[in-house]
Amino acid sequence: MGNLDLRKQSTNLIVCALLLTLPFWIDHVGSYIQLGTQIVVMALAAMALNFLLGYTGVLSFGHAAYFGLGAYGTGMTIRYLLPSTGVGILVGTLVGALAAAVIGPMIVRLRGVYFAMVTIAFGQVFYFIAFRWNDVTGGDDGLTNWKRMPIDLGFTTVDIQHNATAFYYFVLVIFAVAVALMAFLLRSPFGRTLIAIRENERRARFMGVNVNFHIWMSWVISCTFMALAGSLSSLLNNFVDPRSLFWTQSGTFVIMCVMGGMRSFWGPLVGAAIFVALQDYLSSATPNWQSFVGLVFVIVVLFFPRGVMGIFRRKATE
Amino acid sequence: MSFLTVENISKHFGSLVAVDGVTMRVEKGECRAIIGPNGAGKTTFFNLITGMLPLTSGRVSLEGRDMAGIDPSHRVKLGMARTFQITEIFPELTVRENIRIPVEIAAGLRFSPWMPRAMEGPIRDRIDQLLDEGGLHRIADRLAGELSHGDQRACEIMMALALNPRLLLLDEPTAGMGDDETYAIARLIRRIHAEQHMTIVLIEHDMRVVFNLADRITVLAEGRPLAEGTPAEITANEKVQAAYLGGAA
Repeated sequence: MGNLDLRKQSTNLIVCALLLTLPFWIDHVGSYIQLGTQIVVMALAAMALNFLLGYTGVLSFGHAAYFGLGAYGTGMTIRYLLPSTGVGILVGTLVGALAAAVIGPMIVRLRGVYFAMVTIAFGQVFYFIAFRWNDVTGGDDGLTNWKRMPIDLGFTTVDIQHNATAFYYFVLVIFAVAVALMAFLLRSPFGRTLIAIRENERRARFMGVNVNFHIWMSWVISCTFMALAGSLSSLLNNFVDPRSLFWTQSGTFVIMCVMGGMRSFWGPLVGAAIFVALQDYLSSATPNWQSFVGLVFVIVVLFFPRGVMGIFRRKATE
Repeated sequence: MSFLTVENISKHFGSLVAVDGVTMRVEKGECRAIIGPNGAGKTTFFNLITGMLPLTSGRVSLEGRDMAGIDPSHRVKLGMARTFQITEIFPELTVRENIRIPVEIAAGLRFSPWMPRAMEGPIRDRIDQLLDEGGLHRIADRLAGELSHGDQRACEIMMALALNPRLLLLDEPTAGMGDDETYAIARLIRRIHAEQHMTIVLIEHDMRVVFNLADRITVLAEGRPLAEGTPAEITANEKVQAAYLGGAA
């Protein structure tokens, strides 16, 4: 027990240290700061999905919709309404949360494959809206002609627009708050009720838990953080691609969780880092990069069914 | 008024009649065993009481309150807790966590996004108490999925008890166990019954356990009530002997 706690603490420390110092070493490993920001954003998305997938045991294949809603919500707010990064993030996240809250009651009665299929269907609805509504969303070309704005703190201004390192830390702070909130929830009695549903739905139900309502709550929380990640992603690129709502993007988030290890809190972060780094290195080397990513995925699933973080866990308990 | 009243309940699956007009009254503090040959409809009968299956006809009431239209999770709040024929626990959590979850739920914390400081102590004490009563302290930090069948059963029973039920329904608590494990579980149930005056309804195949624990016995055969009485009356009942020993009733 003591060993386990120690190991968890040291994992937390390593993750924190690596993320905090990233701008100082990323150039030396042949990469660049924007890729680091991309990893943090995708890690937040994967961890948000894992709140539902890994800790409630519910597989969604439509989370890209909420990622995309966050992205469009932010981009469109800044472009059409108010050139403020803060308001943009807020609106994007709320739009995603609201959509999830409304769609949730229609799907939480479903389980397994049926749940996954219907989440895909709802996701595709949003994709086609983004794709076809040219006048507002920019359609196939995506949402352009807007930029993230510097953050005005009153006493000083943080120029996240031109300073990539400042933007990285801006994203990291939001990531830290979001992840801390999720960790806090998962360690609470409410979080344990979700884990109970993952472990044994029938048992949870016969403990008096209203399982569907709890799944709805977990779904809304998960989609809210997903929308936040989408919002940050749009700020990173100063652009929203309708393909970020496409169902294959949902699959990518699932792959990140599985690759990193969905039973581990940091697993999705590791999965996101591997995926984004592989994508970056391989796509500049070959147009067939996806088949190599697929190969890595297959190897991980076959030999390390609990993901990369699962390898460490097994070693630690042996 | 009986504590648990089951009036003339039936369950049809298409043309199959699994439970056919069963009536049963269980008094407060009673330990009732339900026995019967395989396929007698015992588990279906349980599922009707706990609301896992809807009734085709009849009525179930707990302390006079009609259970019609009340969801299983809500029946738990009204005091019904059950275990299953195939043990239902949280396999990837430790025994302590398995117990902690129902303790927190019973304390009304199922939606609580944090642990109230004032609740920490009482909850820890309650978990320790249940671990003690179930003889689970020595394995408290092991994963429930790695335990022996008997220990898993004990864990499941303590999880049900953690909910502070007033009626405990046990579906074949000693199924598939060796003699030692059967003895340990029977002793656990007896203690719960004797010390907490818990009202218990249990389905059981092992007649030694039944005659050891039950105040009264209800015999089901082919979905219908065959006999009801004290263990002595049931032993002497010719119809029961025929159903068990002679094959057809």
